[in-house]
Amino acid sequence: MSDPSTAGPEIGPDGREVPGEGTDWSVDEAEAMIRLEGVSKTYPGTSEPAVEELTLDVPEGEVLVLVGPSGCGKSTTLRLINRMIEPTGGRIFFDGRDVTKVDPDELRRHIGYVIQQIGLFPHRTIADNVAVVPRMLGWDKDKTKARVDELLDMVGLDPSVFRDRYPKELSGGQAQRIGVARALGADPPVLLMDEPFGAIDPITRDRLQNEFLRVQDELRKTIVFVTHDIDEAIKMGDRIAILRQRSVIAQYDTPRRILALPIDDFVQDFIGSGAALKGLNFERVSDLKLSDFPTVRYDAGHRRSSEVLTASGQDWLLVLDNQERPVRWVNRDDMDRSDKPLTDVGQTVRVTVEPNATLHDTLEAMLSSSTGCAIVADDHGRYQGVVEIEVLTEAIARMRAEAQAHYEQMGLATQQAPSIDPDPMASVDGAR
Amino acid sequence: MLNSIESWLEFMQDDRDELWQLTIEHALLVVEATLAAVVVAVLLGIVVQTRPTARNIALSITSVFLTIPSLALFTLFIPLLGIGRNPVLVALFMYALLPILRNTVTGLDSVDPAVEESAKGMGMTATRRLFQVKLPLAWPVIVAGIRVATLLTTGIAAIGTLVSGGGLGDAIKDGFNRLGLPNSYEPIWAGVVLVVVLALVFDLLLALTTKLLSPSVIAGIAEAPDRLLAGRKQTSFEQEPSNV
Repeated sequence: MSDPSTAGPEIGPDGREVPGEGTDWSVDEAEAMIRLEGVSKTYPGTSEPAVEELTLDVPEGEVLVLVGPSGCGKSTTLRLINRMIEPTGGRIFFDGRDVTKVDPDELRRHIGYVIQQIGLFPHRTIADNVAVVPRMLGWDKDKTKARVDELLDMVGLDPSVFRDRYPKELSGGQAQRIGVARALGADPPVLLMDEPFGAIDPITRDRLQNEFLRVQDELRKTIVFVTHDIDEAIKMGDRIAILRQRSVIAQYDTPRRILALPIDDFVQDFIGSGAALKGLNFERVSDLKLSDFPTVRYDAGHRRSSEVLTASGQDWLLVLDNQERPVRWVNRDDMDRSDKPLTDVGQTVRVTVEPNATLHDTLEAMLSSSTGCAIVADDHGRYQGVVEIEVLTEAIARMRAEAQAHYEQMGLATQQAPSIDPDPMASVDGAR
Repeated sequence: MLNSIESWLEFMQDDRDELWQLTIEHALLVVEATLAAVVVAVLLGIVVQTRPTARNIALSITSVFLTIPSLALFTLFIPLLGIGRNPVLVALFMYALLPILRNTVTGLDSVDPAVEESAKGMGMTATRRLFQVKLPLAWPVIVAGIRVATLLTTGIAAIGTLVSGGGLGDAIKDGFNRLGLPNSYEPIWAGVVLVVVLALVFDLLLALTTKLLSPSVIAGIAEAPDRLLAGRKQTSFEQEPSNV
């Protein structure tokens, strides 16, 4: 990682070090599939560069999301990678090979490209559209045809139905599926996607994102994905590069770490409110220590239940059925007020979470439960324990402390944790 | 009235060999001039479409051609080309340029920028983008321009008779010279009707061309070399050893 004495950040006017310019965000691992080295773009007739000395690694098999406010140069950066825009400085490496000077058309045949406006050829059938790159690469007819059918299947469109249709017969969502299939045509190792789902309605977009993640899970392509939507970035990215003006990297990291610790006010503002809440998506119940909760079997009887409740000092008791599945919440009033069996008093347990649920889902379960805690049950529905709100705040604090430690190791000072947690014990100081 | 139609039909019948001859001459003038104009105007259109200054100049000059009175244009070339078919061909060629050029430029303009962007992004060379994407998509608009040019030149070609260019103008001039004498209107009407029929035939043929040669067919033709080479091609990119 970067040596603070040479590549260390500058000191800002407020005494804090300023990340961004001069910060070495490069990934240490050797397996960067795409590497930009000091890449710049200055348009003729302008003095301000659109992209300034950008050094960026895209690790192989990962989705890197470039995200930033409009006009920050993220699309320009993407288009520099496949040289749709020729850089005016710096070098671009593709799988370790310098491609700054190779024939750009030849290069682009090995880089899938998906744009927001899709740009299917209106005069060609779907099959012909998907086959464009394979044909240019000289694939034989049978191989091309098999590949087209495979890709249509992959994006969830029945080849026998869609193969011979024309783009104008497709809905927006279908068209972009074809856009993705076409980009994957000749199985390129790299995919560049410029706001691919930006023009699609929210419901379809969500489905396409999920399907895309499913496909990516299988294919493990190296993907650079541009969006202006931080939520999409968090959802799609293995890593996120948050860009400020002139495509300067403000923060480059996993979504989890960015959400745990936005490195400065710019990133903080860009993520907006709810960073901690969004960060809960990256932690799972199985990572937490579950709390015990007073439980009784459904046939325990009121007297025994009362004793358990008294002994626990809690307000509520959890009733389990004969297979240890949580069924009801019961409090003292419920038991005092009626002689009915335990399974008929109190409140039904409506939501439980499984150990692999995210903390976000867990919080949701917590909020909809009358007792303020979420019940964890295994995949057979058997009671495992509960998660209480304190455990969540601890988890958030822990993630932040981990991120803080990571950045300190990188030689970057970060601002103090944003004041979302009033608990002083959870402050990052605890991690030092 | 019935009388004159009868005598006209009689004239058509009697002079059918000569009229047929004139019609063929006329058609050839139109076809040759328009074909030359298609080649020049489409090429010019492709070249100037993306260059605003050149494009304005080309469109202005060809517009000027169209405004030169035909009578003058046909005779202006006599010092250079003598009389006969040649000055007629040149004049018709000049008239045909504007509609074809303008429609070529408009047709190429109408190609969705996203389609061009994605074509380029997939690694299609400029030539491939032109022949497999832009020209096929612009083709219907270009053919519309060719249709206008053909109608225009079919009508104007009749003036070619003034420089001894031949064609149906000869029949019209023949009647004109004998105005007042018996049977002077018959050849005039014969010329007019045959010019109109010829124009309709051309238009029909071009309409058929548009139908048969749809953008997808054109693109398929443009792609033929790729299909022939399928399975036999190796790209330089793949041959180069990776230095990892």
